Amino acid sequence: MTDIGFVRSAMTDARPAPRRTSGVGAWLRKNLFATPSDAVLTVLGVIFLLWVVPPLFNFLFGHAVGPNGTVEECRMPEAGACWAYISSEMEFFIYGFYDIPQHWRPNIVFALGALLLVPLMIPKAPFKRVNAVLFLFVYPIVSYILLAGGVFGLTPIPTEKWGGLLVTLIISVVGITLSFPLGIILALGRQSKMPVIKTLCVAFIELIRAVPLITILFMASIMLPLFMPQGMTVDKLLRALVGVTLFTSAYMAEVVRGGLQAIPRGQYEAAASLGLSYWKQMYFIILPQALKHVIPGIVNNAIALFKDTSLVYIVGMKDLLEAVKTKNDTALEWQSANTATTGYIFAAMVFWVFCFGMSRYSMYMERRLNTGYKR
Amino acid sequence: MQKALVTIAVAASLGLGATAAQAAILDDVKAKGYVQCGVTGGVPGFSAPDSNNVWTGLEVDFCRAMAAAIFKDADAVRYTSLTSQERFTALSAGEIDVLSRTTTWTMSRDTQLGISFIGTMFYDGQGFMVREADGIASALDLSGAAICIESGTTTELNAADYFAANGMEFNTVVFVDQDEVVKAYEDGRCDVYTTDSSALAAERSKFANPAEHIILPEIISKEPLGPVVRAGDTQWFNLARWTYFALLEAEELGVTSANVDEMLGSDNPAIKRLLGVEGEFGAPMGVENDWGYQIVKLVGNYAEIYDKHVGPDTPIGLERGLNALWSDGGIQYAPPIR
Repeated sequence: MTDIGFVRSAMTDARPAPRRTSGVGAWLRKNLFATPSDAVLTVLGVIFLLWVVPPLFNFLFGHAVGPNGTVEECRMPEAGACWAYISSEMEFFIYGFYDIPQHWRPNIVFALGALLLVPLMIPKAPFKRVNAVLFLFVYPIVSYILLAGGVFGLTPIPTEKWGGLLVTLIISVVGITLSFPLGIILALGRQSKMPVIKTLCVAFIELIRAVPLITILFMASIMLPLFMPQGMTVDKLLRALVGVTLFTSAYMAEVVRGGLQAIPRGQYEAAASLGLSYWKQMYFIILPQALKHVIPGIVNNAIALFKDTSLVYIVGMKDLLEAVKTKNDTALEWQSANTATTGYIFAAMVFWVFCFGMSRYSMYMERRLNTGYKR
Repeated sequence: MQKALVTIAVAASLGLGATAAQAAILDDVKAKGYVQCGVTGGVPGFSAPDSNNVWTGLEVDFCRAMAAAIFKDADAVRYTSLTSQERFTALSAGEIDVLSRTTTWTMSRDTQLGISFIGTMFYDGQGFMVREADGIASALDLSGAAICIESGTTTELNAADYFAANGMEFNTVVFVDQDEVVKAYEDGRCDVYTTDSSALAAERSKFANPAEHIILPEIISKEPLGPVVRAGDTQWFNLARWTYFALLEAEELGVTSANVDEMLGSDNPAIKRLLGVEGEFGAPMGVENDWGYQIVKLVGNYAEIYDKHVGPDTPIGLERGLNALWSDGGIQYAPPIR
């Protein structure tokens, strides 16, 4: 007799997954139409996109007048965004009233800034210490000499003439770089056991935080001159810089304090038990941990500061947004239905690029430093 | 506190440059080599950046005329862009030497703020704009018409007074923001748009089709716009005032930037005095005798300035109206230089 064995000697071919669980249909069902409410939301979302995207695309690109267009094209009834206006007035948006033949000076400042900042932000780039010293101490002096002039045969250019993106960047870079160390010192001071220092720090933080930035700038532009002796004036850009920096440092201090309080007491005690001095405890043990916790908060502040620079119009400075607004109001040769809108879209795009860049970089830093708290 | 602030300010100003002014403004201006001129943030025709990103406009040219009288160089001017809130502080604190910023001359400002208006560079006033197609020729025909207006402004009060005084029906469409008012008028939500006539003209120039809109001849309020200096320095006040008068006098005498060199040889004693060929009129003001010549040569006379920035051939397109010379039916009038 022969045994009838039912043993497979070869694997059957794998069958495709059931149609219900694979393919486009399944993906759609799972992600977009899983429940009736999902389906309704999907349909509404698609309708919304269809309603918004094509006209927006047409406005920005399809019917837009390119950078080389003319104002006559912008005035056509069906014309979209007037990019010709932006390209024509670009110099004002970037440099403000800065003398046109001298534009190479801010250009060098921009280029130097990028050259120093980029390697500073890439962790693998060498010579960090030299780079940081150059960026934090040498670069500001060189930039100031280049921009203001008056020495080495450079034509003096008063700060009233600085404007546009130049001013926005100066205020935000100086503000962010100065308010960060100031904020750390204020936060440490607030935790100090020395009553005078503690009171001063608390008073400063609470006073500044309780006042809107716009009020501080008003103070700087209207009250400050009244305190001065006749004829004594403070440069407007400097007023804006000081106002913005002090304001942000108060917020920075509170963010850093949050980080400090997140560090378990044991860390402080352990640091102290090693016999480290106060500053060494902070520098080697506490701050590296505390700051890591609060990167999102710090970047939040930096982004807020970048956007708040547009408030310096209160002291009569023309930052990027104010430069755009000025040209919208006064460039009569470019007037058309969409000129002003295009100007504002342009300003928004520039702000978005910078802020989005900062936010992405901060996420990268978080991932890199996130050694012990990965969730 | 004040001392501390001053100390901080002194320390700070060493860093970014400060201007010092003590008693005589003219001496300080000569020492620093330029006139610091307070202007608007940007009002077309009055003070605005041109396509080369240089300040230009009717009020800017007044500062340039002062610089021409002092330095024989109309470009020896630095401009400070001021908001309307900070303009008087900036002037009285000495941050600027002259304020030329669409500032209306009123009694309280002249008497209470420690400042002096030197004259009326531009007679502005509230006017009405309508669509040409509506066939309205006079503000007196506006009874019952829908008027776009900014709420809570003197504009609204002036219009209400005017309509009440003329027994007309006052029918407004009110907005809180100037831009909304313009938009509403442009979209046809009302028949009439009212604000200062210079602003009407500037807004009209931004419309898709400016020729379809007309500004009615009636002016219902007084808005004399003029340059301002700090009170208390007579020499500087006189120089500013006579710079303005020289612009008018030059127009009246037919002296322009083009013919001023020929006019130096003119037999007309008034022209000789204006251009410094005869008499000593510069020295008492602390400038050289050819101050009038320099103003006209480097900047032009009042008509040239007006026509270049706000006149009928510019996008602003304002007729001279009240701003014509007294001899041409306007009220611009300069006392004789003698």
